Parts: sequence; structure tokens; C-alpha cells
Amino acid sequence: MSKLLVNEKEIVVPGETLATGMDNLPGNGTYRDGENIIASRLGLVQLEGRAIKLIPLAGRYIPKTGDTIICKVIDVSINGWRLDTNSPYSAMMSLKDATFDFIARGADLTQYYDLGDYAVGKIINVTSQKLVDVTMKGPGLRKLKGGRVVEVASNKVPRIIGKAGSMVSMIKDATGCNITVGQNGLVWIEGTPENEFLAIQTIRKIENESHLSGLTDKIKAYLEKAKKK
Amino acid sequence: MAYKERLNKRGFEETRPIEAKVGIIKRADGSAYFRIGNTIAYAAVYGPRNLFPRFLQDPQRGILRCNYNMMPFSGSGERVRPGGSRRSKEISLVTGKALLPVLNLEEYPNTVVDVFIELPQTEAGSRCAGICAASMALADAGLIMKDLVAAVSVGRVDDKLVVDLDYSEESYEGIVADIPIAMIPNSNKITLLQMDGMIPKEDVKKVLEMAKKACKKIYEVQKSALKDKYKVEQDV
Repeated sequence: MSKLLVNEKEIVVPGETLATGMDNLPGNGTYRDGENIIASRLGLVQLEGRAIKLIPLAGRYIPKTGDTIICKVIDVSINGWRLDTNSPYSAMMSLKDATFDFIARGADLTQYYDLGDYAVGKIINVTSQKLVDVTMKGPGLRKLKGGRVVEVASNKVPRIIGKAGSMVSMIKDATGCNITVGQNGLVWIEGTPENEFLAIQTIRKIENESHLSGLTDKIKAYLEKAKKK
Repeated sequence: MAYKERLNKRGFEETRPIEAKVGIIKRADGSAYFRIGNTIAYAAVYGPRNLFPRFLQDPQRGILRCNYNMMPFSGSGERVRPGGSRRSKEISLVTGKALLPVLNLEEYPNTVVDVFIELPQTEAGSRCAGICAASMALADAGLIMKDLVAAVSVGRVDDKLVVDLDYSEESYEGIVADIPIAMIPNSNKITLLQMDGMIPKEDVKKVLEMAKKACKKIYEVQKSALKDKYKVEQDV
């Protein structure tokens, strides 16, 4: 006899039994123990057909293949650059993934990416030992010049981007800033100082109220009010 | 003289008042507060994060570092000498071992998870309070865990079996046994079992059953504290 013990969008803690019986399937953030499906992290329940998934509410960013992230150059070695990814693991960007330019043997690599530079990169591979490879070859991937980088919780990133990028483009339109949101929870903002400040304030507001419904309208009103001042 | 009644008319199977909160240390990845009677524990979790020096890294799993610390003013009035001691080192070790069975650190190779447990006020049962706080803080940090861990001390004071000994009972004149126990409440597995004093074999079995019940109650408190953190946000 199978039975679902939780509702959609309910908050569950590790060890909580989500369902009994074999009719449901354990998804992300859950595991099966005999007949039961049990939560393995703090999260919101999401039901997808027969699968039970958990949307994490907390936690560090863990690199995933295909993610577009904002990273910082922390070391320049002979065959590429080591990048900080705002996660427990640093990433490697090899020479051939860094630029379309021809790099002569023995060239000074700091003229392409120097220590402390920020860049938008894409993760092309993550091994079982969490060795991360990042590429700069792709649409929208580039070195970041000027602007500033702020950190947000990585599990709030989908809310900051919004449905099909609606939220971030709204902030862009209202503030006139260039904004790039990395999946790893780093956000790059460039504009006039006042506008940058407003954009950061807005992002912080989204981060704090990310669990509320009707957030887009609220943020819209907030931005309009802030611009009138 | 037999031990007839506990302080504050507490039942023999009753714990001291428990209070739990989650997310109180904003800069930490996860944090929790746990109070049982006059014993207060704060736990902060940082990580998984990069581990240096590199030779400490384990390519198969992340490692867990626990640090248990009693604050200088935390005792009964005598100043507790700050810094590590033989006792705090032992408790840090057993705390780590009590928490490790629920953690899935294979997910985070080459990293470290740091747990800091600070006790601003203690009156017996501090390692149990520390474990309870730490397990909530680990869940709050979003780590992948099989379950939470609940801990309580049980034992025997004179001729009575009791749950959650306070200091007056620990120092009772006569036969006393103090057994701190940590449990995974859903599977009834024991992750910490120590003992101070003497107790007959058959009493141990009885007292373990009592611990099981008390741990279930503590687990409910931990669970609702974790859920409350997000509930408060939803109401706003």
C-alpha cells in the first residue's frame, strides 16, 4: 500500500519520511530505504509525476556541467588559469579554452587573464573528484571589465533571474546597468554608481523575499518608487 | 536515603525545558542554538570548503572537524581556562563520531566541514546539547544527511533511573551513573554511548529505552525549529 505523506511545497528536514511503498520514485535530495522514501536534505517538496524531488533551501554551490558561472582568476600556471568558483572546488581553464587568439609558446599569460580578473565562464566538465574545467568559448562568455561583483545565495539565483530572465531584465531596464548572474551565486553589475547601488539593493530584496509569490510585481513597484526619488 | 523527588518536581523520565532555534549566526553557512535547562549550546557550520594543508584532504570523502568549547564564564562560577583541554579534545572527537554516521560526505571529496560548538552556559549534559545543536546546524547548512541526531543523557541516581541529569544529580552523594547517548531517532541507532559511574546491567537496558523516548521528543523539537526558520519567512 503506497502512500504519500507530504504535500507539494512543504518544508522537510533530513530523515523525514516522504512516502511509503514502491509507487513513488526518489528524486534529487531524497533516498530510498526499504519501502520508504526519505529526505536527505532541508528542502521544499516538489512532485514530478511519480518522482519526489527536493528543492534545496540552503547549501553551498557545487559545480555542475553546463552551468554559466562568474569566476575569479586565482593563479596563472604554465598551461592555463586556475579560477575560484565560489564553491569548495576551484576550476581550471586551459589555454585552448581561454581565447580564440593564437598564444605563442612562452607568451606572458597575464596579458589575457591576470590575477584577480573576473570572467563569465561555462563549466564543460566536472569529474567524480570534482576537478572542474571552464571554457570561455561560447555566446556571452567573456572577461569582465569594470563594474562590481556581489555574492548571493546560489539557491536564490533562479528567483533573481526570473522566468525566462524576466526579473533580471526588469532590473536592467530600470537601472540601466549591465547585469550578469552566475549560477554560482556571483552577480556582476556595471553602471553608474547610483544605479549600481539600486541594482544591488533590489537583488538583496529579491534574495530576502525569494519565497514569496507575486515577487515580480513587488519588485516592479519597488523599482518605480526608487526611480521617482 | 532514597532519591525521591527531582528538582523542580521534574518527572524521572522528563527532560529539562528545551528550546531550539536555527540560523542565528548569519555569517555561517548553517547555525543553531539549543538549550536544555541551564545548558546552552551554539553551533556554527562552515563548509563544505577547501581544505588546506592539502595532505589532509581525502579524495574519497569530505572530512568533518568538530570543535567543542566551553566559554571561560560558562561553568558554576569557577573560571574555565580558555582554549583546548584534555576534556574538550575528547568531546570534540566523540561529537564528530556521533555526527559522522548521518552525513554523506562522499558527495564532497577533498573538502572539509567545520563545526564549532560554543557553550556560554553549562550545567551538565553539555556534550549532548552540543550534538543536538550541531546536527541542526549541519541540516541548516544544506548538507546531504541521512537523518538528524538527537542526544540526551540518562542514568541512575541512587535507586532511580532518570533522564537528563542536571548538575545536582551528577554530583549526588551515593551511586550515580551518567550515560550520554546520541541516537538517530528514525532508525533507533546509537552513535554515542559513554558512561560515568556504575549501573547494573539490567538497568542499562531500561535506561536505553528511556533514552530512546527522550531522543524522539528532542528530535521533534529539532524538526520544528528547522521548519520554523522558513515558516517565519513565509508569514512575513
